[in-house]
Amino acid sequence: MAGATIEIENLTKDYPYGFLHLKKKRSLEGLTMQVEDGEVFGFLGPNGAGKSTTIKLLVGLIFPDAGTASILGKPITDIEMHRDIGYLPEQPYFYDYLTAAEVLDYFARFHDLTAADRSERVKRMLKKVGLETAGKIQLRKYSKGMLQRVGLAQAILHDPKVVILDEPMSGLDPIGRREVRDIILELKREGRTVLFSTHILSDAEMLCDRVGVIVGGKLRGVGAPGEIVGMKTQGMEILFELPASTATSTASANAAGILAKAAKTGDRYRLQVTEEELYAALEQLRSAGAKILSVTQVKATLEEYFMHLIEADRAQAAAVEVSGK
Amino acid sequence: MKRAGAVALNTFREAVRDRVLYNLVFFALLMMAAAIFVGQISIGIEELVIKSLGLSAISVIGLLIAVFIGVGLVYKEMDKRTLYALLAKPVRRWEFLLGKFGGLVLTLAVNTVAMAAGLLAALVYVKQHLERTDTVLFVAIYFILLKLMLVVALALLFSCFSTPLLAILYTSAFYVAGLFVEEMRTFQFATPNPAASWLLRGLSYLLPNFENFNVMAAAAHGREIPGALILQNTAYAALYCIIVLLIAAAVFSRRNLK
Amino acid sequence: MITPNSKTLVLLVLLVLGFTGVWRLQQGIDAQRAALHEERDELVLRSGKLLKAMSLEYTPLLADFYWTRVVQYYGDKRARHDLHFELLSPLLDLTTTLDPHLLVAYRFGSTFLSEPSPRGAGHPEQGIALLERGIQANPEYWRFYQDMGFIYYFELKDYAKASAAFEKGSEYPDSQIWMKVMAAKVAAEGESLSTSIFLWRQVYETTKDPQVKENALTHLQLLGVQEDCKQLDKLADEFQKRTGRRPTRVSELVQVGMLPQLPVDPMGYPYVFGPDGKAALNLNSPLLEQQLLHQNAK
Repeated sequence: MAGATIEIENLTKDYPYGFLHLKKKRSLEGLTMQVEDGEVFGFLGPNGAGKSTTIKLLVGLIFPDAGTASILGKPITDIEMHRDIGYLPEQPYFYDYLTAAEVLDYFARFHDLTAADRSERVKRMLKKVGLETAGKIQLRKYSKGMLQRVGLAQAILHDPKVVILDEPMSGLDPIGRREVRDIILELKREGRTVLFSTHILSDAEMLCDRVGVIVGGKLRGVGAPGEIVGMKTQGMEILFELPASTATSTASANAAGILAKAAKTGDRYRLQVTEEELYAALEQLRSAGAKILSVTQVKATLEEYFMHLIEADRAQAAAVEVSGK
Repeated sequence: MKRAGAVALNTFREAVRDRVLYNLVFFALLMMAAAIFVGQISIGIEELVIKSLGLSAISVIGLLIAVFIGVGLVYKEMDKRTLYALLAKPVRRWEFLLGKFGGLVLTLAVNTVAMAAGLLAALVYVKQHLERTDTVLFVAIYFILLKLMLVVALALLFSCFSTPLLAILYTSAFYVAGLFVEEMRTFQFATPNPAASWLLRGLSYLLPNFENFNVMAAAAHGREIPGALILQNTAYAALYCIIVLLIAAAVFSRRNLK
Repeated sequence: MITPNSKTLVLLVLLVLGFTGVWRLQQGIDAQRAALHEERDELVLRSGKLLKAMSLEYTPLLADFYWTRVVQYYGDKRARHDLHFELLSPLLDLTTTLDPHLLVAYRFGSTFLSEPSPRGAGHPEQGIALLERGIQANPEYWRFYQDMGFIYYFELKDYAKASAAFEKGSEYPDSQIWMKVMAAKVAAEGESLSTSIFLWRQVYETTKDPQVKENALTHLQLLGVQEDCKQLDKLADEFQKRTGRRPTRVSELVQVGMLPQLPVDPMGYPYVFGPDGKAALNLNSPLLEQQLLHQNAK
């Protein structure tokens, strides 16, 4: 198959629940998408949208009710496929009676590596994720962030061509997030394909070549981060200060109209305008002697976008119900 | 096989680090106390008491370890999600199960061998020498190990789809039922209902017969165990373990790890 | 191609093969172990008191368990026509030591012990001893005296003691009136057909156990046969007086009008005259086997 690196076709998953598992809840519905060679693909969606389900289906932890998927041309049911993928589970947890070095060595044993190769790789990986000094400590003493790093290390230990990360940035402090971002970018530089899930827009924007938005078990859009509907600019925000001396002067009278529209917090003002009005507003502020601190794009948050999609779903469901009567 | 071996070694390491082998201290104390005091409270059966007490302790301690660790073998890995990263590696699920089984059997083997050494030491202390008939003890201990293997296989099977508490219940139920298999077979004489008697008879061949491995009385009295029985019991335990592991693999391979 | 269905099929085939193997192996192991154990007994511990101490608070459960063992042991031996019941008495002792109030163990146990071989251990004196312990532990239960009188009457043929047992039992306010009648009757007559029939009828009517009921029925039928044969012999004597010869067939008695029709045994088979000229059961009658069994026993 000369197709994409990750091919997903019509993947569907139901979770049984209730008494005797008689009822079923659809967790993923007819997912079809591709991830191309060497790209960083972000899976965006709120909690419970089906991101983890998709990833678990890909790595063989759960089995689809319908549909197929393949990685590097090998179907996901093929054990050989696992040689070339690395996987970081969501909130990873490892044998807490082992040290980081032991856990990595244990995982390396499943990859037909020699003992020397294993110990060399383990050292290199610990260094890469910044745990070289903590390698001899049992994992029961690790913090969440440190466990996340161990998880990353075991995912890339064996030079996989495809790296699949489930919420790699969750539960990390800002420095930790940055380090994970750097590692993902490095993986991209090394020519690996990366698929990761997140519910944080800025992470996706910063790292991804393309993102897929998944809500309620359905794929709602795929494209470059900017192309996604909800991420279009809604306007501009200007942040400025008025020096105390000019605040009372007659010059400020010119800007009276505009100041009335601005919101004041402390000494600072915040003004929201449309893209077309931006230059006129800036001109007015300059003549009023205002000091411009920043001009930023205003975007709908991902949460707002998700809520919008969920509400659209509800409206549709309601409409179907009405027409059905 | 290499991968199952890696899982097995890790399981063994876990048991060691969880201080499972500390039970040996208890066993050693028990044997020492028995060796020192038995001569003072009874006459003429010191050797018998040491042997029966030792074999019983080896069996009970082994059973406790087999059941209580066995039922967590798979469940704990699923519950704590340690399994997730592992199953993304090129390892088949049956290889994982086999490794878990092998790891606990290895632990039990090490533990049992250590206890056997303790029993021999106590025996030497009491008798001052060993006889040829004492080799029957090794057969009895080997049978105990076979029995433990079977218990581990059952516990592992239940661990694949049930919580530890229920799995303990199921495993013990099978074990107890397996001790009464012979009664079930003779029960047909006492029950006038032919359907019930046939059902029991059929069940008595399906259930694992744990009474097969009980030669403690013979061993305590130093009676010879026929070689054929050793072979048959080995084959029985191996075959039954394969059957149970096969079912476990079938169950576990279909299982979704949410 | 391997589909999930074909996998299941392969698994099922493997399981069937596996369990067949287990079954074969088990038979081999059974044979080896049978040779290993001279008597597969459960009497590792013969002391009921020790067992009681070791059973913690679960003593009644253990007693029930031992009682089940008694029934198994007895049933197993009978089914295999093994006439050695030597463990029966110690097993019963254990059971009743564990739970002295397990009435059923005394009642059935004494029967198992007393009945002659091959139906029982043939030790009526052990049965009596068991009942005496039962009476000691359960002084309010009059039926033990019924069983005791029964054993003295049928097995030991000690009619004075049988009468005494019935008498003792009849003193209980809740005992039945016939106990007193029996005490007098047995004292006066010793063994008589009507007493035997009455005693078995009591067993037949009061027992809830189907096997005991069947056993009582057989006894009643055999007693009926005994009575019938006695009557037929009397008729044959009369026939001889009239004609000067013994009848060879029962039908001859019908022909001369001494009987309205061919008499049949309780199973519906006509009686015959044996080579010795005495009335007997038909060779085809299922009762014949029972009769032989009981005669041998005595």
